[in-house]
Amino acid sequence: MLSIKNLHVSVGDKAILKGINLTINAGEVHAIMGPNGAGKSTLSHVLSGKSGYTITEGSVTYKGQDLLALAPEIRAREGVFLAFQYPLEIPGVSNIYLLKAALNAMRQHQGLPEVDAMDFLTLVKDKIKLLEMDQSFLYRSVNEGFSGGEKKRNEILQAAILEPSLCVLDETDSGLDIDALKIVSAGVNSLRSADRAFLMITHYQRLLDYIKPDIVHVLADGKIVKSGGAELALELEEKGYNWVEEQAA
Amino acid sequence: MSEQYLKAYDEHRFVSSLPWLNSIRASAKQQFSQVGFPTQIEEEWRYTNLAILNKTLFLPAVLDNNFLETECLQQHILPDVWSMVLVDGHFNAALSNLAGLPDNTLVMSMQEALVQHPEKIEAYFSQAVSEEESGLIAFNNSWFMDGVFCYVPANCQLEKPLQIIHVSTQANTMANTRHIIALDVSAQAEIIETFIGVDEHYACVAVSEIFLADNAQLTAYKMQSESDKAFHFGGLYIKQARDSQFIHHNFAFGGRVARTDVHTDLGQAASCDLNGLYIGASRQHIDNHTRIEHNQPHAVSKELYKGLLDERARAVFQGRVLVAEQAQKTDSNMYNRNLLLSDKAEIDTKPQLEIYADDVKCAHGVTVGQLDEKLIAYLQARCIDEATAKNMLTFAFANEMVEKVNNKALYKQILAKVLEKFPQKGIEADWL
Repeated sequence: MLSIKNLHVSVGDKAILKGINLTINAGEVHAIMGPNGAGKSTLSHVLSGKSGYTITEGSVTYKGQDLLALAPEIRAREGVFLAFQYPLEIPGVSNIYLLKAALNAMRQHQGLPEVDAMDFLTLVKDKIKLLEMDQSFLYRSVNEGFSGGEKKRNEILQAAILEPSLCVLDETDSGLDIDALKIVSAGVNSLRSADRAFLMITHYQRLLDYIKPDIVHVLADGKIVKSGGAELALELEEKGYNWVEEQAA
Repeated sequence: MSEQYLKAYDEHRFVSSLPWLNSIRASAKQQFSQVGFPTQIEEEWRYTNLAILNKTLFLPAVLDNNFLETECLQQHILPDVWSMVLVDGHFNAALSNLAGLPDNTLVMSMQEALVQHPEKIEAYFSQAVSEEESGLIAFNNSWFMDGVFCYVPANCQLEKPLQIIHVSTQANTMANTRHIIALDVSAQAEIIETFIGVDEHYACVAVSEIFLADNAQLTAYKMQSESDKAFHFGGLYIKQARDSQFIHHNFAFGGRVARTDVHTDLGQAASCDLNGLYIGASRQHIDNHTRIEHNQPHAVSKELYKGLLDERARAVFQGRVLVAEQAQKTDSNMYNRNLLLSDKAEIDTKPQLEIYADDVKCAHGVTVGQLDEKLIAYLQARCIDEATAKNMLTFAFANEMVEKVNNKALYKQILAKVLEKFPQKGIEADWL
């Protein structure tokens, strides 16, 4: 589904990613862990098409297309979803309005008619239950006045409505208490399927207790320095990032 | 230009048997003959040119009892309210509905009040604003035709809003009205003032004096939807006694030249919440002035005015907060946020803080700008293209103020007007 080859990215003159190679197949859950400043968030931003990054070398192929050539909204419509590390507040735009506008933009791209109003309401009400959100959330402005946990749940709600092929979760677990983490994880787990892949970026091993990855990668200084199974995360937790960094050096 | 008005209005005699009123009118006329309409030399009028009053001599609108309910009026009268309709500045009883007001609550036209309760009017008149405030107040004092008098007795809570609707129907005329609104101790009321008119050149001058006794609570909405050819001046002057609360929502959408003054004088631990939204296009000029006086300790004032200006529209925001030496523990904030949608649009914004007390919390801020790039990017990450994202965010900028309207029917009415200006595809009103 996703193939990243020798990806080099810089911001201004500063090289951040220095040759990432990563292949993600449908159905797989990948976790990328790493110390602060390793380039984890840069990778998620580049995949979603955020401006301000220069690709100096390498390629990203998504479902056979050159992902980097697509506008951000086209990537989203093609099924690449980024759950933001810091979801933004949009005063004056209700959650339900955003969800419907997003879904219809995606459907239009797929050549489908606009979603029927009743069907949409049924769908949304179904999904908010999954994330243990109150219906009143739908009518509130996007993320405005939401707690940290509510914002992250809201991101997963958006994913649940849009049903993307590739979900990039950028530190979705940061700042969550255990209860919120359980709800968010349950939401993510319910989205797991044979034709959907996940790329989870996290700083903490704790998330992986709730969302079991197939493959764990360690990102340090702009490169993937080690990959392994779920047990790698435990080893990292125990030995710290210095251990892999030293190994790589 | 004031000479023409003096001449025209002098012929139009307002006869009264009340000596105190005749003396107020005479003094105001004298004042107006000296100062005339405000000019840009005056600091408070620096950014607003009233040449529109010169181009057309707006004659006093005469009473037209034959005015029939129009579709426009029907659209604006809200369900479930007590209503008072002023047609060209004159109260029209046939179009109004005051049935079922609580005992001892007085709601009537100013003309009737001057007959039925002259002592009450005398006690309040010119107590919240004087003829020296500006030439427009002097003009209004001297030549107001009618208006609304509303008195809510102590501990009485009006269960329905009172809606005052100003309809201008005649070209080249002026409706000049005066309201007195008084809430006694711990009384509570909601007042909605709506301004509409035919698509013609006309002028509307509406001055209100509002008195909130101890612990009284008033929520007031102003829906200014005048014709784009009209001149509008609305002045609201409020005296707030101890612990009283005043919440104001000012929606300024219409007028060729439109100005609103909201001045409040806060008593001890009183609070005011001033919200404003102005939306201008073509060559509209929309001016909003607020003045909040903290003369007693522990009072709270919160202010947020937002503006969206397109084409060659121009707006002015002047917000003054005065904190007197004895007004310790004042808590005040004032924000003005503007979105310029075209290169030719203009905003002159001037927040002013004058603080003479030392133990206060005061904040203010102004922004003039474009839409937030980060929000556009967030929406793009949710499948929405840039143009649609910008449209959504422009609407949202305005909608943030509309959402503050608690009256459901009024909310829908204002929302419809905002959606007319910034259409949203596939939106359902009850979602917002």
